[in-house]
Parts: sequence; C-alpha cells; structure tokens
Amino acid sequence: MIASIVAQASPSFSLPANICFGITAAVMIGSAIKVVTTKNVVHAALYLVMVLAGVGVNYLLLQAEFLALTQFLVYIGAIVVLFLFGVMLTKAPLGRSEDLDNLRQRPLALLVSLILLGVLAGTLLDSFGDDKLPFRLSPEGNTQAISDSIFSTYLIPFEVVSVLLLAALIGAIVLARKD
Amino acid sequence: MDWFLTHAWIIPALPALGFVLILLFGKRFLGPTRAHWIGVPLIAVAFVLSICTGVAWIQHTNDPHGGPLADVQEECSRTVQATGSEEPAEHADEGPTEGHAAARGRSVAQEDHGTEATTTQEGGEEHAEAEKHHDTQPVVRCVSWFDTGDHSFTIGTLVDGQAVMLLFVVTLISLLVHLYSTDYVNGDRRYTHYYAFLSLFTSSMLFFVLAENTLQMMVGWELVGVCSFALIGHWWEEKPNSDAALKAFITNRVGDVGLIVGVIVLFFGAGQSFSIIDINIGANEGLMNHTVLLVASCCLITAVMSKSGQFVLHTWLPDAMAGPTPVSALIHAATMVVAGIYMVGRLYPVFFEGLAIGGSSINLLALVGGVTAVFGALLAFVQKDIKKVLAYSTVSQLGFMVTALGVGAWTAAMFHLFTHAMFKACLFLGAGSLSHASHHSFNMVDDMGGLRRVMPRTYWTYLIGTLALAGIIPFAGFWSKDEILAGTGSANEGVGNYHFALVMLLIGAFCTAAYMTRTIWYAFYNGEYKGHGHPHESGPVITWPLIVLAALTCVIWLVNIPTKFFFDWRPPESFTLKFEHYVEPVGPFFPGSSDNFTHAEFNGWIAALSLLVAGGGLLAGYLFYWKRALKPLENLAEKSRLAAFFKNILVNKYYFDWLYTDVIVHAVKKPIAAAAYWFNQKVLDGVVDGAGKTAVASGRFVYDKIDQGVIDGVVNGTAVVATESGGELRRTQTGRVQQYAALFFAAAAILAGIFVLVIG
Amino acid sequence: MLLNQFLLLSAALFCIGVYGVLVRRNGVLVLMSIEMILNAVNINLVAFGTFHGIAGQVFALFVIAVAAAEVGVGLAIILLIYRNSRSIDIDQLDELKG
Repeated sequence: MIASIVAQASPSFSLPANICFGITAAVMIGSAIKVVTTKNVVHAALYLVMVLAGVGVNYLLLQAEFLALTQFLVYIGAIVVLFLFGVMLTKAPLGRSEDLDNLRQRPLALLVSLILLGVLAGTLLDSFGDDKLPFRLSPEGNTQAISDSIFSTYLIPFEVVSVLLLAALIGAIVLARKD
Repeated sequence: MDWFLTHAWIIPALPALGFVLILLFGKRFLGPTRAHWIGVPLIAVAFVLSICTGVAWIQHTNDPHGGPLADVQEECSRTVQATGSEEPAEHADEGPTEGHAAARGRSVAQEDHGTEATTTQEGGEEHAEAEKHHDTQPVVRCVSWFDTGDHSFTIGTLVDGQAVMLLFVVTLISLLVHLYSTDYVNGDRRYTHYYAFLSLFTSSMLFFVLAENTLQMMVGWELVGVCSFALIGHWWEEKPNSDAALKAFITNRVGDVGLIVGVIVLFFGAGQSFSIIDINIGANEGLMNHTVLLVASCCLITAVMSKSGQFVLHTWLPDAMAGPTPVSALIHAATMVVAGIYMVGRLYPVFFEGLAIGGSSINLLALVGGVTAVFGALLAFVQKDIKKVLAYSTVSQLGFMVTALGVGAWTAAMFHLFTHAMFKACLFLGAGSLSHASHHSFNMVDDMGGLRRVMPRTYWTYLIGTLALAGIIPFAGFWSKDEILAGTGSANEGVGNYHFALVMLLIGAFCTAAYMTRTIWYAFYNGEYKGHGHPHESGPVITWPLIVLAALTCVIWLVNIPTKFFFDWRPPESFTLKFEHYVEPVGPFFPGSSDNFTHAEFNGWIAALSLLVAGGGLLAGYLFYWKRALKPLENLAEKSRLAAFFKNILVNKYYFDWLYTDVIVHAVKKPIAAAAYWFNQKVLDGVVDGAGKTAVASGRFVYDKIDQGVIDGVVNGTAVVATESGGELRRTQTGRVQQYAALFFAAAAILAGIFVLVIG
Repeated sequence: MLLNQFLLLSAALFCIGVYGVLVRRNGVLVLMSIEMILNAVNINLVAFGTFHGIAGQVFALFVIAVAAAEVGVGLAIILLIYRNSRSIDIDQLDELKG
C-alpha cells in the first residue's frame, strides 16, 4: 500500500518524495553521528534503530518495498535486539561512560573518514552529477519479481546463503558455548 | 573393431580409476595389505584392451580407406580443418596408386624389397607395392579441453602403430610388475600408497602415449615425473631415498624447461597448433622454418636428456634405484625413461628436418646417444650394486635408441625400445628376486654369490635377459641392436653415414656384454653365498613374471624378421618386417616418404661384427672371472696409476655429481650470497647508519668483515640488520587493531583518490 | 529524484561507520558501526539497481542475510573475548604488539 502510494507519487511530482528524503537523510546522519559518538551504549543501539529505519524509508523511496519490510523485520526486529543482548551479556555499563572512545585514535580516525568522504563525494559528484533515477517499476510492487528472481536466477546463491546462515548459527553456538 | 581405436581413452582411464579407488577405499575397505585387489584386475583389463587395440590396429592397417588423414577427427587438427572435405574426395579419385603416398617417390617400398624394387620402378610391381604400403591412418579422436579467446585446446587420443606398440609394452610390464609386487612389496608399511602410485604411474604413461597434442603430452610427461618422484622416494624415511627422489625430480625439471620451450616454439611454428599431426605435417612438408625446427629439436633434446637419462643429465637415473625394485623395472622398461624416446619418435619429422638427419654424418641426437651408450656402459663396470649396473645399462641402451633416432633408423629405435622393455624388465625383476633371497641387499659383490644352484629359475631367466642385452643371436636384443647398427648407414645404405655412431655403439655393445658377464659372475657364481641367512628361490608370484618375460625375450624378435639374412637367405616375405609395417607411419606426417629416408637392411657383415663384439665381451668376462686367464688385468688399479686414475673417474661417475652440486650450485649460490652480503653491508647498513643509531654496530661490522670471513659476516650481518631495523619498525607495531584498520582505510582512501585523479 | 542524493547519503553513512569502527573501544559498538557500513552499501545497491531491474534488490537481500550471520558470529566472538579477558575493550587486545 505504502509502496503503491509512493510509486504513484514519485514520478509525477518529486517534491514530497524529496522532502521525505531530506528529512530522513537529516535524521539518519544525525543518528548515525550519535551512534558513533554517544557515551551510552544503549543509546547507541537506539540511535542505530533510527538509522536502520531511515535506510528502510530510503528503500521505500526507491520503490523497494519488500526490502524495506525485510529491513524493518530483520534489522530492527532481530539484529538490534541481538545487539542489546550483546551489551547485556558483556556487562557493559548501562549508563553514561566516558571511556567508550579511544581518544588517541580520534584524530586519525576523523582524518581518515573525512578523506574517505571527500574522495567518495568528489567522485560521485564528478561521475553521476545530475543523473535522474529511472522509475519504471509497476505500481503493484515488485515483491513477486524478487521472489521469481531469487528462486530462479539466484537459486544457487540463495542456497549458499542458507548454508552460510546455518554455518554461522553453528559457529556462534560453538564459539559462545561455555566449556 | 574400430571401436577399440576410437575408444582408446579407456585404457589410461582404467588405472586412473584404480588410483582413485585405491586412494579412497583401499585402506579402509580392503585393509592395508589388499590394495592389489583393485590395482591388478584393472591393469589386467587395460592389458586385454591394449591387445584388442593392437589387433584392431592391424586390421585397420590391412584395410585402408581414404587418405592418410581420413580418420582424424576434424576438431583435432588444423590441417584437416583447412583441407576439409577435399581430402577424401581427392583420394577417392586418384586411387591408392597415385595418391599422396605413391606420388612421393616410394623409397620406402623400394628399400623394403631389396634389389627388385630398384629395377622395377616403372613396372607393374610398383602398383602392387604402393597398394601394400598404403598410407597409415592414425585414428585421432578428441574433445574440447578448454577455450581461451578464439583458440580451442583439445584433449584426445592419437592411436597409431607407435602408440599401440607402447600401449602393449606399458600395460604388459605394468601388469607383471603389479603381480610381482604383491609378493615383493608385501607387508610394506605403505602398501596401499604404493599400489595407488603404481596405478597412477601406469595411467600417466598411457595418457602420455596416447596424447593427441603436445600440450597433453606435456601433462602426461609431468605426471610421469611426479609419480616417479613419489615411487623413488617410497621409503622416504631414509635420507638417501628422499634425496634420490628429489634429485630425479629436480634433474627432470631442467629438461622440462627444454620441453616447455620446445613445445611453445612448435606451437607457433605450426601455426598455433599443439596437434601432433599438424606439427608433423608442417615439419615434414617444409611448411616450417628450418631454424624454428632446429631450435625446437635442440630444446626437446634437452628434455630427452633428462627424462631418458642421456649424457650430462643422466645422473638421476642410477640414484633412482632407491625406489622399490619393481618400480625400477617399470621406470626402466616401460614408463618414464622411454618417454623421451617416445617423444622423439612422435615428433620425428621435427628432428629429422631440424637436425637434417638425412644424408648427414653427425648430429646432436646421434652424438648424445653415442656418447651415452659408451660412457654409461663404462660406468657399469665399477658398480657393486646390481641394480646400479642395470641402471647404467639402461642409460647405455637408451643411448642406443637415441642414436638410432639420430641416424634416422626410426623403426630400429622403436624396435629396440620394444625388445629392451622385455629383457630389461626381466633383468630388474630378476635383480629384485636376488635381493629377496639375500635379505634385501643389492650388493652383488659382498652379499651374493653362488646363487645359481639355489635359485635356478631366477638364474636361467637372468641369463636369458643378459644374453639378450648383450646381443647374442637368437634373443631379442640381437635383432634390434643389429638394426640400429645397420641403420647407422656406415657400412651399407642408410639414411646417412654415421661412422662415429657405429664405432661408439660397437664399443658400447662390447662393454655391455662384458659388464653383464660380470654381474652373472658375482651374483650366481663367485664361490659360495656371502650374505646373511640362507638364500632361497623366490615364490611363484615373483618367478612367473620372470619366466614370462624371458620367454618373450626369446620369441619377440619374430615380429620383425629382416628380409635378408646371413648368406642372402630370405625368409618368406609374409613373415618379415611386420613390426616395421604396422608400427612405422607412412604418410605426410612422417619423413618416411622423403627422398633420403631409407631403411637400412640386414647386413651380414655388421651383424657378424656385432656378434663378434658381443661374444668378445662375454668371452672377456668369462676369461677374466671364471678362468682367471687375464691375470695381468686383475687389480689393475693397484698396479697401474693410469688405470687407477681412470677407475677413480668411473667410481666418481665422471665427477658429474660433483660438477652439479659443488661447482654449479656453489657458483650460483656464492654470487647471490656475496650480493646479499654486499646489499646487507652497503645498502641496509647505510640506511641504518643514516638513522644515526648504529654507529657502534657498524664499527663492529667492520671488525667482523675483516676478521670473521664471508659466511659468518652474512649471517651476523643479516641478524644485526634485522635486529636494528626491527627495533625501528617495532614502534609502528602497536598491536592495536584499530590503528592498523585506520592505516588500512587511509591507504585505501588515498589510493582511491590517486586513481580517481590519475585515471578518472 | 537524483541518483546522487542516495549515493551521497550512503557515502556519509559509510564514512561515519568507518569513523565508528576506528574510534570505538567497545566491541559491540564496533559491530554496530559495521552494520551502518553494510547498510550504506545496501542503499547503493538498491539505488543503482533501479537501472537494472531487480538484481540490486536481490543482492541487498543477500547482504542483509550475510549481515545477520556476521552479527551472530561477531557477537559470539565478542562474548568469547569478554569471557577470556573480562573486557571487550578492543584497545586492550594488543597481543600483536611487537
């Protein structure tokens, strides 16, 4: 439903979509910065939820509604909970703590990420400039197309991913077992 | 019957299957002592299939149809692709008389039939002869192996007389060796491993033999090398054995470089084709530049020198005796060492044209072979180890074959390969039987003696093998060796006039007879048994292969009876030269049709001379050892300084090992060591000095340089430099993962930026 | 909408993630930063995927699956580190120090 609204909306007038994008992007960047700077581990996890949700909204804007739902379910529903369990099990300080950051490391890290951002942004602006996104997907969504594609063209990668998940499951159990 | 010719790939596939099965299931399901349950039946089936293929080939040759390339699958050969559909049509029109073969001046046919042919060149007989010597049609089948760009590489089988002959030899010897090993290697700690590699060895040799292109040949060649490495080093726990395996492997690497270069040269020379048929036609019909062929043949000769143990690269072969005796038999008779000979035979037009064998009197092949034949034989005199005697005898006999190829006697070389496989396998397995009796010692001088009474079967078979090797008349060795001697064309009409080769081979033949008499004396006579325990005849599993091989040695010469004999007696024509007829190719891919390619026929004088020489060798041995008639020659080394000098050279194997390990290796190592030292001293040291932190250390360096000599200096220098630079570099190694990650990301970002700026 | 707005957002997210990986001492926080990097990559995939039909979204799905596996194993490793050294401070893991 959301997808069809957005899909119908975006080609005709991009302003609402752009406004939506702008707000989401601002929230995402802000939350992302908080994730890496906040002094509270649990807060970081919650800010991460904001970022991941923003990514989901971006998927919607890009007319990938199945992916957006997956993002919400898997990331926000499962992975963040996993993170919270991780915080709990490692007995991280739940309140504010001053030593979450490696201060010696900070200038170098800042420099590196800024260089990286500069290189990336420069290259992107240089190569893609004002390219517009082509929207030619059907209004009824593309979930069926994804499933067709996964179970025909990408069947083997899909199976491999299943095996990988199984391996990760077993690996995690073996690693975390208490003996 | 053509099914057998087109499905020849099954023959190498069977032992390969055996290898896989033994490896996967041998130990677990059959237990450590029953791996031969898989190996023997499979090789037996391969043997039966080889015989069937041989019969099919004979029928195929008797019943020719179409042109010489009629049975070549189109994908396998560019020549066939180029001529395409014209080929069969052309021949159907012209008929066999004026076809490709007949038009080419049928010197082959003329020589085969002696004097008549020369007188009846235009007569009606030419018609009959041309029909009889129709072009051989090698059966080539292939599948696509891999494609790169627009070039497709194939893999397949090329079945012709030569391949069929070797299929028979390899599977026969391998089958006997497999059977023999069930007793000989019984109880070995790596019995399963042994059988697995025996199967793989056989399989790779068969793969090599059937190779349709040079690339495939190279794969087989290397596989054979790997297997020989594994089997020579079968008992690798003892240092000499693993050293011998390494030596065999590394020496062969030297030759392999030659093979690779030669194959590449031929690939481009033949218009980007690996196909043996293409290369041979290209070389034979003058489509390839003579210089290209010369370079290619010289490179390939290097490969032959290493693989077939020819002079200067032969040193690995005697050391290869470290492996189990049946493996030695297999290496020396059927696989590995004959690979070189086979390769030359396969690509014969390359050598024939490249070295200008026709009408010449010396060339590289003949020279190498001749020298090897004599020098290898001489070395056999000073060996105490019976297997080493046989090893040097193989070196020398391979020299005979290479000489034969060098003088243009292709069939003689192949025939000698054929007969030599029988009697050399017989001798090696006999030596194994002897050692089985004398508690696994091969030292015939100190641990054997007087064994003829306790081991009658081994004695008689060994004696037959010896007589055959020496070249005494009814046995196989005489016939093949005589063909080679006649083929030198020194005394009669041949491809060229190779007097040097004839002389060398006669000397070699004399020595062969003499040193083989020596082994007989030491092993079977020479008073009483000298080893430990009580010797006993080996069991039937060991003696029966000996008997089979000895029997074959007695009769195998019947396949190539010469047309003319002593006193001009001519055997019925339908019995003569069958081997030549079925094995030697006729057609555009073999120099047999070129003008100066002639078949030397039986020459009574040469045969008498060779018999005389061989008999002389035997007699000399007899007089020396049995009768003690040559008193002045006994202990010559102690009496004469000159003789001692020569004996010393022989004992040290002409100092080749010394040359390789001490001179060449050190000469290579030393400059590198010196350069490393210089680099340490000047460059690294300078850097450290520049940092201003090693003033004291460098002072000590100078002291070391003057005082402690070169090697010490290098070691110390390296250590000190490592310590100093390590101390400096240590600061960057904080062990903090995140710092590493930061540096990594920074480097990636900067590199990406550079790429964008420079390339983008 | 422009392609670049998504790409730039993703680049920003990526760089923030890198900063987090480099600067955080707590293992769980490092993993969170890695998740942000992966999500940045996913946005890229989907944005570029609009030019090529459905493939980009399928790959994004695969990345999500792999990320889930990675988080599982990563947290197990961190748990193990914690059990062995009573701390998940990455800064203290300097056994590689020369």
